[in-house]
Amino acid sequence: MDIQSYLNQDQKKDLLRLLTAGSVDDGKSTLIGRLLFDSKKLYEDHLAALERDSKRIGHAGEEIDYALLLDGLKAEREQGITIDVAYRYFSTSRRKFIIADTPGHEQYTRNMVTGASTANLAIILVDARTGIITQTKRHTYLVSLLGIKHIVLAINKMDLVNWDKSIFENICSEYKSFVTPLDVPDINFIPLSALKGDNVVDISANMPWYHGKSLLEFLETVHIQSDRNFDDFRFPVQYIIRPTLDYRGFAGKVTSGVIARGDEIMVLPSRKTSKVKSITTYDGDLDYAFPPLSVTLTLEDEIDISRGDLLVHPNNLPKIERHFEAMMVWMDEHPMDPSRHFYIKQNTHNTRVRVDKIRYKVDVNTLEESPVEHFKLNEIGRVVLTTVKPLYFDPYKKNRSTGSFILIDPVSHNTVAVGMIIDKMSSDDLPSVITTREREQIARGENLISTEDYVKQYNQKSATLWITGLHGSGKNLLAFTLEKRLFDMGATVVLLDGFSVRSGLSRELDFTPADRAEHLRRVAYMCKILNDQGIITICSFISPDENIRRQVAEIIGNERFHLFYMDTEIEFCRKLDRYGLYKQVNEGRLKLMPGIDAPFNIPEKPNLSFKTDDPLNIEKAIGYIAASGIFPV
Amino acid sequence: MKNYNISNLKELEAEAIHIIREVAAEFENPVMLYSIGKDSSVMVRLAEKAFFPGKVPFPLMHIDSKWKFREMIGFRDHYASEKGWELIVHFNKEGYEAGIGPYTHGSKVHTDIMKTQALLQGLEKYKFDAAFGGARRDEEKSRAKERIFSFRDREHQWDPKNQRPELWDTFNARVHKGESIRVFPLSNWTELDIWQYIRLENIPIVPLYFAKERLIFQDNGNLILVDDERMPKEMAERATMRKVRFRTLGCYPLTGAVESDADTIEKIVEEMMTATKSERTTRVIDFDQEGSMEQKKREGYF
Repeated sequence: MDIQSYLNQDQKKDLLRLLTAGSVDDGKSTLIGRLLFDSKKLYEDHLAALERDSKRIGHAGEEIDYALLLDGLKAEREQGITIDVAYRYFSTSRRKFIIADTPGHEQYTRNMVTGASTANLAIILVDARTGIITQTKRHTYLVSLLGIKHIVLAINKMDLVNWDKSIFENICSEYKSFVTPLDVPDINFIPLSALKGDNVVDISANMPWYHGKSLLEFLETVHIQSDRNFDDFRFPVQYIIRPTLDYRGFAGKVTSGVIARGDEIMVLPSRKTSKVKSITTYDGDLDYAFPPLSVTLTLEDEIDISRGDLLVHPNNLPKIERHFEAMMVWMDEHPMDPSRHFYIKQNTHNTRVRVDKIRYKVDVNTLEESPVEHFKLNEIGRVVLTTVKPLYFDPYKKNRSTGSFILIDPVSHNTVAVGMIIDKMSSDDLPSVITTREREQIARGENLISTEDYVKQYNQKSATLWITGLHGSGKNLLAFTLEKRLFDMGATVVLLDGFSVRSGLSRELDFTPADRAEHLRRVAYMCKILNDQGIITICSFISPDENIRRQVAEIIGNERFHLFYMDTEIEFCRKLDRYGLYKQVNEGRLKLMPGIDAPFNIPEKPNLSFKTDDPLNIEKAIGYIAASGIFPV
Repeated sequence: MKNYNISNLKELEAEAIHIIREVAAEFENPVMLYSIGKDSSVMVRLAEKAFFPGKVPFPLMHIDSKWKFREMIGFRDHYASEKGWELIVHFNKEGYEAGIGPYTHGSKVHTDIMKTQALLQGLEKYKFDAAFGGARRDEEKSRAKERIFSFRDREHQWDPKNQRPELWDTFNARVHKGESIRVFPLSNWTELDIWQYIRLENIPIVPLYFAKERLIFQDNGNLILVDDERMPKEMAERATMRKVRFRTLGCYPLTGAVESDADTIEKIVEEMMTATKSERTTRVIDFDQEGSMEQKKREGYF
């Protein structure tokens, strides 16, 4: 091939940014060194310097220490560890690569998070002799937290375990069961020996049982184009270009979605709309632009737009909120002072922010959640934030750009934390984020109907009949039968169950303890509103936590709250498995099932207890309701 | 049918434009350091692209050590006037008047006074709070770890142990008075990317990059061009014509040429692909001491 056609081909290659995670002991630097070496990037003088250094400060004995290529800074080299993120570049005939090489130890979590933020793919190294260790889990969690869609688990040092297929397979299956809940779409396993070169560039003759690609071939061919978001057009305005009175261009990067000439756009926060007149670039106007191009847009109409505004399609808006929740990583040496305001920078948008609440801290080794007062360096957790001006954002899972932000300390100006916005918003903290002034703006209407009027009108005393019990214990059967009987008898009743509430009002919540609590809090407030207006509510919820049930009772009013308990053995519910959920639990597809892998607190003092399928249940309930003076009065 | 493929060069270009615009938007008084080299030429083109059809909203500054190749200075002045750049040329007046130079004072003193000190003087004189540099991470080991927005304290020092975290493409541009940020929009470019871009964009570069018969004195294995009469006579007298080109440009007594027949970009790339020396080996200053680039950067050198 002549050089002209080489260059023509070279300039068309795409770019893959990847992260390598693992410790020196896993052979990470050796692996990178070999990728660089084998792809002919290493020039002779780099190699000569390397041989000289290896003899003096190397840790690899007689072999060339590839790690020295990568450890840049002098102090680090003398300690024999890579401290910061180092970027390395190489290319093959098919693709160009940028490697973010990050250190493995827990105290360098922030460095790994930094490297992961721009990567498409992560190579996580495992020593075949030790298998999945705490560090592997930590790295995998961080990679999933930062939204990397492709993981290669590189099982290294296969030469030291006699190229044993069963060892490889055991590691794969152990890893799969760990990684499944973390929601990483593409996981791959490659057995290799970085030191000997097996399966790094060429397929190994020592492992004929492995039929996949070598690491390099995999990196060259993995499909990354669809990792970009082409659906939701987001254009944070970065800079206004105004060379003449006639030209007013809005410069910025298309962070997601596609914009075409003639498209209607909306400006946030003003919500003014216009049409795209042109997409200007130095190399000529474009018909359309897509991520990650940096372009300049002109509009048909003169509207006021400044840096920090966001251009979107009017039929596809992001969230516009001052309150939101995020996973946050604390990056500063100084612990967080929760009473402080910070600057927040999200894309081109700068405002101030306050941390209202830390919901929990995640132990990066065990993924356990625990309460915490403030964050220290490298700690990660879920927070509730309030900004001074609203942000226009998408959840990080959908959009790495509009879903991410950094926090800057107003005094030191250091970047102290980074965050990824979550799709869920638990509003039990809203009272703490509504300011007094805002509260004053909520006008209270005057109720013209008294409690006595309601009792007289409906011939009933408002109450909430709350049925708790394991999944499949017959709560719904009782609830619906009871509703029908009361209705037929002339009572005014509203029934709330998991299905009706979760399919709408609590749609964004899942089944973690925090989300269950939020879900039930919403139900409790609905019951309160209904009860306040004389209506009887029947609630059918697993509601496994005694504390939460007590809180629900407090919200509704203890005197109005009546707890019914379906007293059923878990084995009975499991055997019957009316809805097939227990089967899913068995297959590992469902987690946090009360009574199985999450606790169910048997109520200490229920007002009534029922046995499943007792034909007298309904009469018992009706009798109780009459005896308590609920209905009829 | 729309095509959303993007080549590596387009992606790097988009990234650099984003970085350059971000600096123009967030800093009060940025400057682009212009070294006249090939990387600088690419960086200036990217700045032109970033603000098209407007003009680049910040000045360029060249730190003249007074020992640059004459062809560099000619090239600089020609393009500055042709393109209408706002160009500041700064040199260390005291150093110049004291006659500092590599032949009389050695490369270390010369580089410190006429380059590092001159740069700091220039930045302070105009109170720049951000300065673009054309450095790339693939050039040298300590650069591989440097941020794109690289924070400098009031003494212009870089602390490699205490760099600001830098995630996604969200850059922290906040500094106190007197502090500054060095910005490297070409961080993720490789030497080959630079040549590709020059080729595709037809970016003019100093002819010293192309092979030609030149008058060369061989000094400890370095091929030094006899660029003016300041080279000591006993050296200049022993010079011979050799066909050479330069992979990097700087002060002529400190910049070694390589023997080459490459007189087009294609041939340069071809030579590079089969090269056995990385480009910084032609810079004499890197070899002063182990880790010397890191040392210089800590002190404020680019």
